Amino acid sequence: MTVTAETSRSPAPAVARRAKRSRLLPRVAPYLQAAPLTVTLLLFLLVPILTIVAVSFWDYDSVRIYPDFVLTNYVELLTSPVTWKTYLNTLKYAALAWAATLGIGFTVAYFLAFHIRSTTWQMVLFLLCTIPFWTSNIIRMISWIPFLGRNGLLNSGLISAGIIEHPLEFLLFSDFAVVLAFVHLYTLFMVVPIFNSMMRIDRSLVEAARDGGASGAQILWNVILPLTKPGIAIGSIFVVTLVMGDFITVRLMSGGQSASIGLMIANEISLLQYPAAAANATVLLAVVLIMVAAMLRVVDIRKEL
Amino acid sequence: MRETRRGLSFYLLAAFFALFVLFLYGPTATILILSFQGPDGGLTFPMNGVSLHWFRNLFEQQAVGDFGGSFRRSIALGLAVMVLTVVVSLLAGFAFRRRFRGSGALFYLAVASLIVPSILVSLGIGLMFNILGLEPAWYSSALGAHLTWTLPFGLLIVFAIFNRFNPAYEEAARDLGATPWQTVRHVVLPILLPSLVGVGLFGFTLSYDEFARTLMTAGSFNTLPLEIYGMTTNVTTPVLYALGSLTTVFSFTVIGLFLLGLVALRSHRRRRGAKD
Repeated sequence: MTVTAETSRSPAPAVARRAKRSRLLPRVAPYLQAAPLTVTLLLFLLVPILTIVAVSFWDYDSVRIYPDFVLTNYVELLTSPVTWKTYLNTLKYAALAWAATLGIGFTVAYFLAFHIRSTTWQMVLFLLCTIPFWTSNIIRMISWIPFLGRNGLLNSGLISAGIIEHPLEFLLFSDFAVVLAFVHLYTLFMVVPIFNSMMRIDRSLVEAARDGGASGAQILWNVILPLTKPGIAIGSIFVVTLVMGDFITVRLMSGGQSASIGLMIANEISLLQYPAAAANATVLLAVVLIMVAAMLRVVDIRKEL
Repeated sequence: MRETRRGLSFYLLAAFFALFVLFLYGPTATILILSFQGPDGGLTFPMNGVSLHWFRNLFEQQAVGDFGGSFRRSIALGLAVMVLTVVVSLLAGFAFRRRFRGSGALFYLAVASLIVPSILVSLGIGLMFNILGLEPAWYSSALGAHLTWTLPFGLLIVFAIFNRFNPAYEEAARDLGATPWQTVRHVVLPILLPSLVGVGLFGFTLSYDEFARTLMTAGSFNTLPLEIYGMTTNVTTPVLYALGSLTTVFSFTVIGLFLLGLVALRSHRRRRGAKD
């Protein structure tokens, strides 16, 4: 608006020309500024996904893949009982990891947001939780081996305490280990958005509830929990999509004894069965998008930033 | 909300929090200790003496793979991703402050980039390069794959920054006769700088540790996470822990440097503010 004021005050031709240019620039500027992001995402996200969808209809043999339009990849995928069993297993992991990360994440965020009074301490403890996120996931998985193994810390501890006689075999290379690793890796994705939601809750609401005679549990259930829903939804989207697409955690922590859809795709890739992997990936993407759409009904992400 | 006395719930929650932190750091601490395992020691406790044997082993043994090369590649890639993430997401953040056609679609594309499973990005880019007859490499396909993960994070952080940004500063600069570029250079960027350091940290560390997106896009030369993953399947000595300890220490150093930078920036400003 300052531009128009300027031009009306000094209508010299040079100034007018500059004003014209500076009126054009603001209109074009957003497109120029958004261009690098748009190009990157189109080139490395949208086109690759369209490639996957296209290749899922291609044919292949043991040597190479052929452009074609066949439905065999989907037919083979959807009629195989292995696929359904694997989906069930993956959903089981997602449900268990989701419940555990939500419980732990909510409790941790609640402690940080409502029980730590100084902002400095809040930030310090919050950072303490986030630092592991910035280190290698693979290393964090490996680091469970000396802890959970047959002769690991936990087993030897339990044996020397006299609680068990023989080492527990289910600790490492099992579903238990897989879910434990998921919780270890991804709880942070719950803590951060839930903490963020909690920090925006007007503290006078809590006070009003207390003045109205609500107990601590009632405040938590009727005031804090409903207002934290958006954070819970965002955290849930992260955890569920990360677990649904995972293959490395399942491979490392189950010791090759369990399967997930991601692992199935990774195996097909390593066997160079790209069209089969692509069909599998397309179905997985559809499943994940449906799950996310369901969770998005709870929250408008753009409002939550 | 002022409570006069800390109740029982505080101590219970504090204990829960302490256990959570132990859960987060405990395993990593274990492998830090075990990487100093004696030459005859195994993958688990007890410690069979204390030595630097496995660290030396890491740098000697060629059978382990190209540890040095993959480390250098990961750092170069991480730095490239860091710079691109900061610049591209900041630019896009500026764009989103105004209305433009397609902004909704671009936003949802960015969010989709976060929820599409990594292995799909990896597979898709790998197939795309394959069909186009291009050779995937860590500096082309893997760079793009990493950006699909770091840019949305960067963008979301920049959104959050701009939502808390008071436009009155810009208006003041404009009223005092600053050109748009001067306003950005001398007013907006200095205010945003600390948060941009955070975006940079995200970009670097996410790329440095990324595995799934690199799997099919790194080409013939491995990045460090791929190298480590290869080791997990065929190495059964504490040399694995030595490598884990080294990269963890490196990550901590990077995080520490970023945090130190932030603190230094803040105290520098406070000093300058006091002088003015």
